[in-house]
Amino acid sequence: MTPQTALQLCITIAIIAFATILTRALPFLLFPVGKETPAVVRYLGAVLPFAVIAMLVVYCFKNVSLFSGSHGLPELIASVFVIAVHKWRHNLLLSIAGGTVLYMILVQIIF
Amino acid sequence: MKKKAFRAALPCTLPVLMGYIFLGIAFGVLLAGKGFSPLWALLMSVFIYAGSMQFVAIGVMTAPFAPLTAFFMTLMVNARHLFYGLSMLEPFRKMGKLKPYMIFSLTDETYSLLCGVKAPEDVDQKWFLFFISVLDQFYWIAGSCIGAVAGNLIPFDSTGIDFAMTALFLVIFVEQWETMSARISALFSPDMALHAKVLLSVRAHLPALLGIIITLICLLFFGSDHFLLFSMAGILAALLLFQKQCMPEQMPRREAETSDQFTKEEILS
Repeated sequence: MTPQTALQLCITIAIIAFATILTRALPFLLFPVGKETPAVVRYLGAVLPFAVIAMLVVYCFKNVSLFSGSHGLPELIASVFVIAVHKWRHNLLLSIAGGTVLYMILVQIIF
Repeated sequence: MKKKAFRAALPCTLPVLMGYIFLGIAFGVLLAGKGFSPLWALLMSVFIYAGSMQFVAIGVMTAPFAPLTAFFMTLMVNARHLFYGLSMLEPFRKMGKLKPYMIFSLTDETYSLLCGVKAPEDVDQKWFLFFISVLDQFYWIAGSCIGAVAGNLIPFDSTGIDFAMTALFLVIFVEQWETMSARISALFSPDMALHAKVLLSVRAHLPALLGIIITLICLLFFGSDHFLLFSMAGILAALLLFQKQCMPEQMPRREAETSDQFTKEEILS
């Protein structure tokens, strides 16, 4: 359960919604129609998505402990499954649903 | 005319339909598991509408009230959307009064569809793109509400369902990696030495590699609660520092297509 009141939760959601819109709308506000985008911004636009997705992949594993519990084995197995299946079939649903179900089986039943 | 655009848009969104229904259900179940009613899922999916951030938001909502953390956390997790917007500056120019919604609903998946699809000749381009965006959000709302209702009605062990988010990012990562590999191998010439090819490949994947390495280092040094902010700063600095290395001169600079993780053909195959 949450330690926040309903009002606090609404404020939290409103803030997250606002910040999300901000990240999506900022380029359109900064570079209105007809204005040249600076080269460095175009460069970042080209390379940053790759770096950030890589960062988020690591972020997902932030709570995995290599030296206790299951030593990150369920995460490793399920991740290898996702990558292999995705490289093989390139099917979004198969990779994500398959990997998640496999992971749930691993953490609930096997480890 | 709108009807025709809708009919053309619907099949294009089928891959996202399946992905979003599943991810939405995972999100809803997780939220219900923390004691929230389905109304909260609806509220979040209508107004926030950011798949990965909504998973992160569950953590923010179950911790003590911290508006500033919520704000900066969102900016960081969603920072990549800044760059989706940059490549949509041109395509959205003709959207007219639909433009605000197109910007609001620019999620990872919608972005990749919008990059990849082409409206048939006789279909209104504007409404075609709009219906793709609307349908995608509809799937997401439907999925998260189904998940939240089911999670409240049927008590079942949802331990591990949060791996859906990990899987989503892994899939995007693989897609991006392959996009880069394909683009760089187009530059290989038959008489090129092996080490030159390897060097080119490393440079093509440098942004992704820097992302992994810097984030891992920050995680080790700053711990799992504070590393994201440092990682973002480090990644930005490194990308600016290695600007020359990250962009092999000969590489075709097609900004609009750099992160089209899921082109239509790829998803439908």
